[in-house]
Amino acid sequence: MLRRRVIPCLDVANGRVVKGTRFVDLVDEGDPPELAARYAAEGADELVFLDISAAREGRATLLEIVERTARRAFVPLTVGGGVRSVDEMRAVLRAGADRVSLNTAAVADPSLISRCAARFGSQAVVVAIDARSAPSGGWEVLVAGGREPTSLEAVAWAREAAERGAGELLVTSIDRDGTQSGFDTELLRAITSAVTVPVIASGGAAGPADFVAAVTEGGADAVLAASIFHRRIHSIGEVKAAMAAAGLPVRLTGVAA
Amino acid sequence: MSLSPLVAVVDYGAGNLVSIEQALMAVGARVVLAEDASAMSGADALLVPGVGAAAPAMDRVQRQGLVEPIRRWIADDRPFLGICLGLQLLFEGSDEDGATTLDILPGRTVRLEDAPTLPHIGWNQVERRREHAIFDGIADASDFYFVHSYAGAVADEASDVVLADTTHGQPFVSAIATGALIGVQFHPERSGTDGLRLLSNFVDLVRSGGLATGAGTAATLATSR
Repeated sequence: MLRRRVIPCLDVANGRVVKGTRFVDLVDEGDPPELAARYAAEGADELVFLDISAAREGRATLLEIVERTARRAFVPLTVGGGVRSVDEMRAVLRAGADRVSLNTAAVADPSLISRCAARFGSQAVVVAIDARSAPSGGWEVLVAGGREPTSLEAVAWAREAAERGAGELLVTSIDRDGTQSGFDTELLRAITSAVTVPVIASGGAAGPADFVAAVTEGGADAVLAASIFHRRIHSIGEVKAAMAAAGLPVRLTGVAA
Repeated sequence: MSLSPLVAVVDYGAGNLVSIEQALMAVGARVVLAEDASAMSGADALLVPGVGAAAPAMDRVQRQGLVEPIRRWIADDRPFLGICLGLQLLFEGSDEDGATTLDILPGRTVRLEDAPTLPHIGWNQVERRREHAIFDGIADASDFYFVHSYAGAVADEASDVVLADTTHGQPFVSAIATGALIGVQFHPERSGTDGLRLLSNFVDLVRSGGLATGAGTAATLATSR
């Protein structure tokens, strides 16, 4: 049976992992390939790098760390942040990523999704959707790292992204991100009910029970978190043990307790 | 043969070859990326990787003059490993985009039936129908990493090539073996310790000549087709 995945996310700026938190300034958390290898050994089912470097010069550095990671951690790697074209996606894949996530550029030009899917296959294209509750009900899509609102409604955009060839959606609740108040399971349920592609839940993880809820209540196929793993508040093993205890299929082979 | 077999990895322009190259080196192989037939000549084994759709991949394989060299390699019963799309390309054609593929194995590449989600992305159990040295040291029903929506449906007359199944909705063929030909629908290069073990088994079999059993079903199939 297909396992529900647990995915540590590494925010990367200028070639280093940084702490993605609202409470303090960006703190250097180490070398991305080093942390990636540690997570792979601890049982991560997949890894996500999000490049949050403000400057375009970060790109060459990103490709270099993607390659060093692919040479050390034999688990799948998804890379996102600032990819704007088929050629840029190709460069990230050639460097050693398995999949690329598109966000702002896909909102600006949705044909980018179909062009990337035609070239590399749907399975290589993840569309990241940052959403927050709209005053009028439902959820609105934000871009530019969750800073700029758009006119898009999140469930409609999820459906369109899947129709255009996205092979997976990475859904982040901006309301919950960094708050450790649990995933937005209503948002997740609304999207997982609307599409047949797998959905990764993101934003708000505080503890193992939240991972369980993202799957059982939200219908998520995979669950992503950053700070609770980086700060070693919980291990991947603890999260998976809680999911297994709740009757969810998880991969326990090779998971360090 | 050298103690460190040379594996030619077919490079037809898409996707990530870093992982497969690194994984092969980690288990003691030497690797050459083959963009054309000349790069295959000194190799001990041929590996066709790949993800994505069949038609653009076949276009590139054709443009790079690799169709006949790959067919001949398999007809000669030389060690071969097809991964994901590299396995799918061995069948007659693909329902994904109507592409005609290499027509070495009887059967077609078809969409996964009754799948609750597509693409099928993540770790799933590979359940063996029979034993084979490629799985030495790996427990039955171990998890391997998949990322695909289509898989090869082996024709009934060739069902003895099937090595393992996996279920996502309905069961599909996740590994085949016949003579020196091995094919897997999952990604051993992204499947952690068990994936590396499978690649290590392949390299060991290449080194020892253990795949050249003379059984040669693939060679027979390729020659007769």
